[in-house]
Amino acid sequence: MKILVCISSVPDTTTKITFADGNTKFNTAGVQYVINPYDEFGLSRAMQLKEKMGGTVTTVTVGRADTEPVIRKALAIGADDSVRIDADPVDSFQVASEIAAYAKDKAFDLIITGRESIDYNGGAVPGMLAELLGINSVSPCVKLEIEGNIATMQTMIDGGKEVVKSNLPVVAAAQKGMVDESELRIPNMRGIMAARTKPLAVVPGSASGNTAAKTFDLPAPKAACKMISADNVEELVHLLHTEAKVI
Amino acid sequence: MSVLVFAENWDGSFKKSTYEAVSYASSLAAKVGGSATAVVIGNVSDTNALGKYGATKALQFDGDNMNHQGIASILAQAAQATGAKYIVFNGTWKAKGAAPRLAVKLNASIATEVVELPSSTTPFNVKKKVFSGKAFAHVEMAGDVKIIVLSTNAYGVHENAVSIAVEKGSGAATEKDVSLQHVEYQKTAGKINLTEAELVVSAGRGMKDPGNWGMVEALAETLGAATACSKPVADIGWRPHHEHVGQTGIAVAPNLYIAIGISGAIQHLAGISSSKKIVVINTDPEAPFFKAADYGIVGDALQVIPKLTEAIKKLKG
Ligand SMILES: Cc1cc2nc3c(=O)[nH]c(=O)nc-3n(C[C@H](O)[C@H](O)[C@H](O)COP(=O)(O)OP(=O)(O)OC[C@H]3O[C@@H](n4cnc5c(N)ncnc54)[C@H](O)[C@@H]3O)c2cc1C
Ligand SMILES: Cc1cc2nc3c(=O)[nH]c(=O)nc-3n(C[C@H](O)[C@H](O)[C@H](O)COP(=O)(O)OP(=O)(O)OC[C@H]3O[C@@H](n4cnc5c(N)ncnc54)[C@H](O)[C@@H]3O)c2cc1C
Repeated sequence: MKILVCISSVPDTTTKITFADGNTKFNTAGVQYVINPYDEFGLSRAMQLKEKMGGTVTTVTVGRADTEPVIRKALAIGADDSVRIDADPVDSFQVASEIAAYAKDKAFDLIITGRESIDYNGGAVPGMLAELLGINSVSPCVKLEIEGNIATMQTMIDGGKEVVKSNLPVVAAAQKGMVDESELRIPNMRGIMAARTKPLAVVPGSASGNTAAKTFDLPAPKAACKMISADNVEELVHLLHTEAKVI
Repeated sequence: MSVLVFAENWDGSFKKSTYEAVSYASSLAAKVGGSATAVVIGNVSDTNALGKYGATKALQFDGDNMNHQGIASILAQAAQATGAKYIVFNGTWKAKGAAPRLAVKLNASIATEVVELPSSTTPFNVKKKVFSGKAFAHVEMAGDVKIIVLSTNAYGVHENAVSIAVEKGSGAATEKDVSLQHVEYQKTAGKINLTEAELVVSAGRGMKDPGNWGMVEALAETLGAATACSKPVADIGWRPHHEHVGQTGIAVAPNLYIAIGISGAIQHLAGISSSKKIVVINTDPEAPFFKAADYGIVGDALQVIPKLTEAIKKLKG
């Protein structure tokens, strides 16, 4: 099994989001970056599959040198080698094009992405990547089993789940559940030491996007919360009915 | 100029999110000077219903339970046949899966999680959610063809009845498009779909024990609400994973979100910040959730919920 895991470096989930330069740029001051949580599920599943079936796990990230701490973390978790495509990620299409150009002639059996990045929330890289490579994709992918040349996957549909099958290679976009929360891999000391010397190749990027985030804004601040006594829930129901008009 | 809209159906019937997408498409068509054409895939009993939300034409294609590739392939053929410059999708899993593949096929630009009509059409500028609802971006879309995927419940359903012509569309998915094999469905029967729900009752670790969820469900049932939960509650198996809302779970945008025994961690708030009204019930007056709430009750959930259910029953008569 030759597995490729796409890793996006994103602000830690506790980050308070603010913008700079007249709301035209994300304010990165003091921001901690982490492996996109969905990619972490995907990487953990890739490690399990490698341990079971043998093979290699390679990661790919489209980003500048500032994404390398996150890439090293993926190596510390157990990836064999990593590739950084040196470009500023601007949108889903550019990122998918870069990864497709890299993966096209490498004969990966399985490509795992996250179902969505928690920064830009495009949710589009997996589908685009698969279309560019002319292969099947499953997004979101909640369960992933491989037997021989066949991947059996569980995906979400509105109102339930669907089980699907595909020949390899396939793009599977990891959703929580692909491994159990308790099976998420955390780097240990040995992994961290080993990661320092694992190969991290840097290749130039060349694709361009077709969308551009021009300005940003934050949701309007909430008015103060109306407190209601626990002995007077009728008052709450009355307000929801007559003031908020939601029930 | 024609605006295409993917009119998704479930076993032959449309849902609210379909009407939301058609509503958006017809308003967009008015803005760019054109009309909205709905693309229906599979057998639907009441295609004319789409006219109520402004679709002047519906193209009917064969193919039940089509996968992402099949949908993208049919829409690409419909877009080419109609010369559509804009294609609108609802925010469901199916739509979110098909739209990116279509973007590549048509060499179109795409924006997902879109919450409003474009603020300008030249250049074409739309507002989308980023950082899991913690912020919005105004995105300029280039390219001859533009694909818009909506954030569910943001634009809303708007009636705008027109007469609709239903025609058979020409084109079909190929063998390759459907090479992803369907094995089986595991449907969560009878439940209200969380992403589309207008009312949501959500509970967290403050409920203390999974055995206490009966009263949460009773409240939800009285209201006609969907049930949801915080992440730890799903992680320890008190509730199913598909109920987990937040930054790493489902994002919801109901009219009313009732949060019971949930502290209001930033990751939880990210997924629910688009709720129109928020009620928080928590024993701790300092719980961060109160800062994001419209109405709050400081009190023990186990006592407050049954009373609340009774009061709602009284209101509903
Ligand atoms: C305001 C803002 C500023 C940004 N600035 C920067 C920046 O300065 N530097 C930076 O590195 N990024 C930056 N990004 C992130 C970058 O824009 C995204 O990586 C890119 O747009 C793809 O995101 P998506 O949401 O479309 O991906 P999605 O389609 O939601 O992602 C799905 C999956 O695709 C894969 N994927 C996504 N992006 C990448 C990637 N870059 N490399 C490898 N795999 C990926 C992952 O597996 C991910 O789980 C910024 C984002 C925002 C919102
Ligand atoms: C990477 C990452 C991603 C995450 N993603 C998510 C996510 O998507 N969604 C999510 O929810 N969390 C997420 N979390 C977890 C989040 O940080 C919080 O830990 C979690 O939301 C807390 O859940 P809770 O409010 O149910 O529990 P607690 O924080 O334990 O809060 C319980 C609350 O119940 C109150 N309480 C106690 N007893 C009662 C009673 N009898 N009646 C009423 N109130 C009572 C307490 O005062 C307290 O406020 C994420 C964390 C990380 C690190």
